[in-house]
Formats: sequence, C-alpha cells, structure tokens
Amino acid sequence: MKPPPFVYHRPGDVDEALDTLAEVGSDGKILAGGQSLVPLMSMRLAAPAHLVDINGLSELGEIRVGHDGVQVGATVRHAQLERDEAAFAAQPLLRQALAYVAHPTIRNRGTSVGSLAHADPAGELTAVLALLGGTVTVRSRTTERTVHAAEFFLGPLESAVRSDELAISAFFPGLPPRSGSAWTEVSRRNGDYAICGLGALVTLDEDRTIATARLGLISVGPTPVVVDVSESLAGQRADAATFTEAARHVEDAVDPEPDIHATAEYRRHLAGVLTGRALADATERALESTT
Amino acid sequence: MSELHTVELTVNGVPRTADVPARRLLSDFLRHDLELTGTHVGCEHGVCGACTVLVDGDPMRSCLLFAVSVNGASITTIEGCGPATGELGPVQQAFLECHGLQCGFCTPGFVTTITAYLEENPDPTEDEARHAIAGNLCRCTGYQNIVASVLRAAELKREAKAAI
Repeated sequence: MKPPPFVYHRPGDVDEALDTLAEVGSDGKILAGGQSLVPLMSMRLAAPAHLVDINGLSELGEIRVGHDGVQVGATVRHAQLERDEAAFAAQPLLRQALAYVAHPTIRNRGTSVGSLAHADPAGELTAVLALLGGTVTVRSRTTERTVHAAEFFLGPLESAVRSDELAISAFFPGLPPRSGSAWTEVSRRNGDYAICGLGALVTLDEDRTIATARLGLISVGPTPVVVDVSESLAGQRADAATFTEAARHVEDAVDPEPDIHATAEYRRHLAGVLTGRALADATERALESTT
Repeated sequence: MSELHTVELTVNGVPRTADVPARRLLSDFLRHDLELTGTHVGCEHGVCGACTVLVDGDPMRSCLLFAVSVNGASITTIEGCGPATGELGPVQQAFLECHGLQCGFCTPGFVTTITAYLEENPDPTEDEARHAIAGNLCRCTGYQNIVASVLRAAELKREAKAAI
C-alpha cells in the first residue's frame, strides 16, 4: 500500500503551475487535498508520473461571497467552506451537504474544487453544483473557460478538466429569495459513500405556494442527476404540500446501477423516500424565510 | 524518479528534518525516518483513522499526505499528546480510567482526534462524542468505553482549567 514513485513539482504561483501542466501533459496530475488521489495511488489504481502540488498557491485559497453566490478557490478545504458563515448565509446547501462529505479529518484536508474535478458520482458536491446550476472555471497556459455544471461532469471520475488545465475555482449560485434547501443521504456507516443521497431546492411564490422544486442526486447514475419536480408541486400550499407524487417522479427519473452495496431497486426506493424528506425540510425552511 | 526532497517539520514542538523521496507518506516519514512509532498504520487508505495526527492543529490522516506536501508544517503525534515523557494527557488519562482500549492499536488515532475535537468542543453530549469518533475504527472494545473516554476527557480538561 505504498504509492508508486513520481516526480514532484511545487509551483509558487498559478502561471508556473500551468506551465508545468503544459510540459508534463497527460502524465501529470494535480495534487490538491489528495484525499481521493493518494489512496488511489496507494492501491496502484493511479500512477501519475508527475504530481503538481497546488497547496502552495495561496492565491487560490479564498472564498468570495458576493450578492449572486459563493466562489470557492481551488485550495479551499471542505472544512473551511463548511465553517464559513458568509457562505452559509448566501447558500446554506453548501454546509448542509458538506457535513456528509466523509469524516471531519478528511474534510480538514480535502478540497471542494478537487472533489468536483475528481467527479466521483458519489461525491456530494457534484450534485450541489449541478442542482444549483453552478460553474467551474478552468485555466490552461493559453485559455480560460467557465464550464457549466451540466457540461462539467462527463462520466464516473471524468470531468471536463483537460490534462493541461487547472480548475481555478467553482461558483455556487446563492439561495434565491423565498427559498429553502436541504441535503440528506443514506449510507451503511456514518461517513461512508452514500448508497443514495440528494439535495433539494424549493422556491415559493409571493402567495407562499410552491413555485419551483428541484433535486440533485448522487450515487444513482454515472454523473449527478438533476430532477425538476416543479410540475407536480407548483401552486400547492407549501404548509400542506405532500410530496408523494414528486417522490414517484424522481423514482421514475433515475436509472441506478446495482452493485455490491445495494440493488438498483433499493437505490430507486431510497431516491423516492429521501426526496420526500428533503422536500419537506427545504419547504419548511423556505416558509421560515418568508416570515 | 529517486530524487530526494528535504522535508522540515516541527514535530511535537521539535524541529525535525529528513531527506525523503516524494512518495514518502507522512505516516512513514514519522515512523521510519523520525522513528516516532507511536503513530500507527492500519489500512493505509484513509478508512481506519489509526494514523491520525494533527497538522497545524487539525486532525488529518497521515497516510493520505505526502510528507513533502506538508513541508514546514507543525505536527502533533500521540507522543505529543501528554505533558511530558511518561506523563499522561487528559485524553490518555480518560482512556486509562474508562478502559477505552484493549489492544491499543487504534488508540493513537483516537487520542489525537479527540484531543483536537475537545479544543473546539469542550463540553460534548454523548451523541456529539459518538459523532466525533465516527471516523476512527476500533476492532476490540466496541465504542461504548471510547465514548465514555471522550466525556471523561472533557471532564478532566474542565477540572484542570477550573484548578488554575
């Protein structure tokens, strides 16, 4: 269980990091928190010839909270984002979901942008970004582009970041007015990968009926799945809404694979049950925000 | 490939340095290069928590860190969790009193994790104590006595503070 040898690079700024990435090409891999990469290397499932360590790039260590959302730099740790009061105020789903990312010791080192770039279909933040319609900004030596969540996750462990690019930051849109969010998931043991997990985002109309409701799910497909259930809930009184129809809608919309941890049927069942719970919590919070 | 990197760390308050290959895990750096064998290595892929050390005060899995990547950091290992050699810190004392260990293999990871946790949460409930140790595995005691140790350690720390 020892990682294979590699050439270590520790750039002092972003430009130097991009130059190094351009030189080492597809033999290179970025080391941020390393909480997924290091075990993959120890198990010899990954053997990059070059590691480009971005932990020295303090310019990427900032959380910027603006009127429209939260921008998270590439070296921001999960724990740092989870504790950030301004980020929580702007988009509570971040803290709600981060509490489920592995264990606190992992969150002390793992980075939020790194987990997006890693694109694990069981990674909570992938669904948070997809549900909120966020973006990731990636830069190479020659270009910079901002990729929408819908185009960012290409497959299991495959994101839109090319080998000569560095994911500089992620942007999570803020919580709209009269809205509430919630995250919930089921795993065999506390901190394990979720068998199914999901976030909900509910927005009310001015008359406090439900206007829109969406869910972002993990562990039920190769990439995060977003399901819009506005149609089955629109116009309902938020305090009297039942979420049975929305839950059925989500069950129909997902197409989970069976594996050693759970059958496809069980994952589908969980998707429905968790939909009801998350919608209830998110709706209650949306109601609270209007009082 | 076999190029060596000079890694300088402050370990339990003492500056330490060694020349190691880039692939040297922090856990192996502590155990092999610095001969601090109190840090235990269990699963070596971040699941068991036995190798947990404090990096600049925060608990992290030393088997998921390259030593070269934390160059310059301040590390606290189980050897640094007591007031002096041969004396027990409050968390270790609580484990002794509550029978929080049997074989002791997992204990260094628990003690470091709980030491950091109590700094931020000096008065946890039983539920919070259970949650605090959720990332550490123990295969002998069951967790009841370890949860009791967390609560007792919090008590000991409060008593020590009140005595000042």
